[in-house]
Amino acid sequence: MDDMDRRIIDVLQQGFPICDSPYQQAARELGLTGQELIERLRRLLTDGVLSRFGPLYHAERMGGALLLAALQVPEQRFDEVAGIVNGFPEVAHNYRREHRFNMWFVLASDDPESIVEVIHSIEKNTGLEVWQMPKIKEYYVSLRLKA
Amino acid sequence: MDPLDRRLLEAIQQGLPLTARPYAAIAAQLGMREGEVIERLERLRRQGLIKRLGVVVRHRPLGYSANAMIVLDVPDRLVAQIGGHISRFSFVSLCYRRPRCGEQWPYNLYCMIHGKSRGRVLQQLEQLSESCGLGTFPREVLFSRRCFKQRGALYRASLVRGHADG
Repeated sequence: MDDMDRRIIDVLQQGFPICDSPYQQAARELGLTGQELIERLRRLLTDGVLSRFGPLYHAERMGGALLLAALQVPEQRFDEVAGIVNGFPEVAHNYRREHRFNMWFVLASDDPESIVEVIHSIEKNTGLEVWQMPKIKEYYVSLRLKA
Repeated sequence: MDPLDRRLLEAIQQGLPLTARPYAAIAAQLGMREGEVIERLERLRRQGLIKRLGVVVRHRPLGYSANAMIVLDVPDRLVAQIGGHISRFSFVSLCYRRPRCGEQWPYNLYCMIHGKSRGRVLQQLEQLSESCGLGTFPREVLFSRRCFKQRGALYRASLVRGHADG
């Protein structure tokens, strides 16, 4: 990754044009040609620096549901419980954190009712209580990482 | 949002085509005109269904290996003001109000800091704390050691990825 790659990431985290030749338009600001920008994006995707190049959707406005949930998992059962939780396709990601509440995961679905079902299944299959931490309000952040 | 919008959002959810006229390529795939794709995407962005179009980075390759969730117990009458203040710091990547869950978990304000090291994250938290006056509020910092699952494949029918941050 060189300085130009870092500039591309910084600039294209802020947005991408919607017009007939968007790469060319975005490239101009960076001092590249459209084709050069395309090739660099392809490489950043192949190298895994970028997970995606495209849209981020607003889940709730799309009619879907997201829920943050936490478990207190006894240390000796951690891998077993992680296996159960991660087996549900609704689990979007799952983090181990250093706390008594040591497993934090996000459920995502286009059907809010299926979230309720998954929670019941996790409780039944693990014997642990799922703590639900729904969002009440999101304070907007710009969501940019300096590359 | 109509059925054509939905098909369009499904067509681009894995990524925009890396070709000079990406919206024309999507239009051809869906039997639409390029101009129509552009108009619809503009509208979906204006309506906020598309939060953002652009690059989605992985934290670790960029050196952001420390990830802390900070939870605070803030008086309800102050939470909106403090949440707004916290979210203005560029190193804060998420900030949410959530319900308290009893004595075991009295926290109602959550924020996430992604940083290049734990030390740096803790410095940033101190800066946040001084600037937003967080000093007296009960808080905990939960660092993550590893992420076990980051869904690679998309949940296709749903289009529900968003930031998938709950």
